[in-house]
Amino acid sequence: MRSGIRVDWRAGLSLVGTILAVLSLAFVVPIVVALAYGGEDLWVFIAAMALTAGFGLALRRLDPAPDPGAREAFMVVALTWLFAAVFGALPYVLAGNGTVAHPVNALFESMSGFTTTGATVMDDISFDTHSRAMLMWRQLTQWLGGMGIIVLAVAILSQMAVGGAQLMKAETPGPGVSKLTPHIAETARVLWLAYIGFTALLIALLYGLHLLGFAPNMDLYNAFAHGFTTLPTGGFSPEARSIEAFSPAVQWLIVPFMFIAGVNFVLWWHLISGDPWVLFRDNEFRLYLGTVSVLTVVGTALLFFDAALSTPETGQIGGNLERSARYAAFQIASLTNSTGYANMDFDAWSGPAKGLLLFAMFIGGSTGSTGGGIKVLRWLVILKSLRREVFTTIHPEAVRPVRMNRRVLDEDAVRGIYAFTLLYLLLFFVGILLLAADAARVGFDIGTLDLVTASIATIGNIGPGFGVVGPMGGYLEFPTTSKILMIVYMWIGRLEIFPVLVLLTSAYWRS
Amino acid sequence: MRVVIIGAGEVGRAIASNLEDSHDVVVIDQDSDVVEELTYSLDVLALEGDGTDIETLREARIEDAGLIIACTDDDEANLVICGAAKTGTDAFTIARVKRRTLLQTWEGSEGAFGVDFMVCTDLLTAQAIFRISGLPAAQDVDMFAGGLVRMAEFEIASDSPIADQTVRDADRYDSLTFAAIFRNDHMVVATGDTVIRPGDRVVVIGSPDSVTDFASDIVTPGNGDRDEIVIVGASEIGFQAAREFEEHGFRPRLIEQDHDRARKVAEALPKTMVMESDATDTAFLEREHVDEADIVIAALGSDEKNLLVSLLAKRLGVDRTVAVIENLEYAELFETVGIDVAINPREEAAEEIVRFTRAGQTEKVAMLEHDRAEVIEIEVSTNSTLAGTQIMDSTTTLPEGVVIGAISRGGNLITPRGTTVIEPGDHVVLFVDAMVLDEVIKAI
Repeated sequence: MRSGIRVDWRAGLSLVGTILAVLSLAFVVPIVVALAYGGEDLWVFIAAMALTAGFGLALRRLDPAPDPGAREAFMVVALTWLFAAVFGALPYVLAGNGTVAHPVNALFESMSGFTTTGATVMDDISFDTHSRAMLMWRQLTQWLGGMGIIVLAVAILSQMAVGGAQLMKAETPGPGVSKLTPHIAETARVLWLAYIGFTALLIALLYGLHLLGFAPNMDLYNAFAHGFTTLPTGGFSPEARSIEAFSPAVQWLIVPFMFIAGVNFVLWWHLISGDPWVLFRDNEFRLYLGTVSVLTVVGTALLFFDAALSTPETGQIGGNLERSARYAAFQIASLTNSTGYANMDFDAWSGPAKGLLLFAMFIGGSTGSTGGGIKVLRWLVILKSLRREVFTTIHPEAVRPVRMNRRVLDEDAVRGIYAFTLLYLLLFFVGILLLAADAARVGFDIGTLDLVTASIATIGNIGPGFGVVGPMGGYLEFPTTSKILMIVYMWIGRLEIFPVLVLLTSAYWRS
Repeated sequence: MRVVIIGAGEVGRAIASNLEDSHDVVVIDQDSDVVEELTYSLDVLALEGDGTDIETLREARIEDAGLIIACTDDDEANLVICGAAKTGTDAFTIARVKRRTLLQTWEGSEGAFGVDFMVCTDLLTAQAIFRISGLPAAQDVDMFAGGLVRMAEFEIASDSPIADQTVRDADRYDSLTFAAIFRNDHMVVATGDTVIRPGDRVVVIGSPDSVTDFASDIVTPGNGDRDEIVIVGASEIGFQAAREFEEHGFRPRLIEQDHDRARKVAEALPKTMVMESDATDTAFLEREHVDEADIVIAALGSDEKNLLVSLLAKRLGVDRTVAVIENLEYAELFETVGIDVAINPREEAAEEIVRFTRAGQTEKVAMLEHDRAEVIEIEVSTNSTLAGTQIMDSTTTLPEGVVIGAISRGGNLITPRGTTVIEPGDHVVLFVDAMVLDEVIKAI
């Protein structure tokens, strides 16, 4: 059926169906949790699993032998994420508990999960309203979305062996997929294994802390729940107070794991296979480490000298070095790479300290990490090419290639990075305007900084912002239209804009 | 020995003319006119044919050859020739290549391609440029005895402290020997009473430190700094030279007019500032302060352009200019009209290859004044006329035009004096007039 000049939507949809059918297996986890905790919501997940698998298998029948090409890759990736979010929302609707029972809210929560944003519309995050299985599902959506649904599919599905690299490139654009092994499926497996390994390690350490008595409420359920959302830089927590509900030992332990999640997993793979220096030779890692370190030191100083900073939960922070360092290190690590965890309500921080956090939100994780945002590599390239602009202003004839890890970057790649960053910032500003207009339309009273952070927190897949959308608040109060906009923002933010954008161009659908 | 040379380009021809007296030389070239011309101009057997064709090699009787030199203009063809030759003979094979990557591949796997020795012309030239640039006023520099001994040729300016002094007065340096003086077209073997005149080109042999000290003393003080290097032209030689400078911690500047080539070398040379411009654009040169450069190296594709660039640089006030000159006949002329040093890639390659024609005896060769004289390094055998006698006695048995410049014994440098006794196993660095070269080599 494939004609050379048009998009083969049948093949694309068929592949999406296959991936959805595989994804439906993930419902096994909440089913097991439901069985372990008295069977609450059990039928919800069985139904959701059946519906997802059924729809997936039905789509699959559109084309029994799909042969998607480069052009179909965008469609496959964009639709896979959209359908994953739609079917991931089913349990919230079917269970009918709390605010997430509303279809738009459910989709928002599900999209926020799969895109590892961590923005929530749940008004009451507690086991009183939601079952343990439901809250675990919420955590699990982040873990599935973290390393990427497509990467997971490529790792598992043999039929994606050929087009897999193309699909993975569409899912995580940046400077292309670096194949670790000749077979792309093996690369995908290696990435997922590293991801699973770090997740398992964190779960073990968290539960270990609990067994040793350093973390009273970090039981096995919570250890899994937080392991599932730290490595994907997600930010959901089954605790309403997020990580603030846990002991300082837990908070300190999560800081390095958030950092790990923001580093290119390819580097971890090299590190594990015995080349430790690869980390420090990598320009992006060095900038990421340096930026996080500097911001943490500045943040620590700002908190330390803020005598007024104290809350009933945290006690006096100003003047206390351990607390200043802990809250600064945690929030910087969390917001730089878009995790969105909070170990206190940072809305209470001073103006300069909040400014620092806002700055951190624009950095993002590394390429090939689970972090979102603009990403460190892009900033590095922009900084380097800006330095070149200054130099060539002085020496107009100078020829200066931009280098990354001693390799010369193609000028097209540099231009692509400028284009992405500009588009990202443009969407960020348009987001502020649209949210402000929509809020004014329904008379929703919201501050400017709240709107600014709501826009960056959704397109950057960060989650919490300031004010209404602060770490202890949520996105529930926004009008439905704003929520739909933010669902779209989370979706295109996770896929780094272009795969979704190209679907909206007529050039894509024509020859 | 039967020597088969494939490729009668500049290098092949230079080697052939160097070897025609002492060996049976066969030259193969594809161009019938070149073959015809060679038959009459050199005392060699010239054959027409494709060197990669085994029939042609058989016709040249490679099975009797002791040495096969592949020096066509095509890197790959040279490798194929050596590989093919190795299947039918045990002869020593030499391949000339331009690309440094091929040299690196060969070095990384000894004997690859059936090549016993590989000469990278452009790299040799680039290394020569770097050596010469490192010493102020030096025109030629070479290392011997594994770096223990250095030979250098300097032009003495009229304001130099040693101008109009005798060699005895000028010789204030330990472990330094004045080997010879080139004056206009003559060569004078230096004795204590020889007066050094402005414009003379003095050849000294000694330890690297003493040569460096000497170099910085004979130039007018105040410009010992050699940091500001400008290379004009990103030819393969210009590119390799920039890389040599980079590898020794310098940050040279390189001017290249072609957009794509400029981009390409800029990508390959992270520490070099590449500028895309016409090097004869004086406004550009002034804006980039090229006039303040310590040394300008002209490495453009044509000799005439290199002359033009060098003269322009001189006029702007650059201290020193080095130009790559392909045509040997131009070299002397260009040095006369104002270029400080002319470097000929062909000579550099020929030097390196000629070393192997004296297998066993000569360890290293440096050609001076475009092959008017040579500095050679030999290991003294027991039956050499030098062995076991004082230098003042042994030199009487050698022809005129020979100076013993330095002796290396067990890794130590010995400055030769009349009473020094040379022992078997010593490495001796000699300055030899080209006229008596064959005679000297036989004697020692």
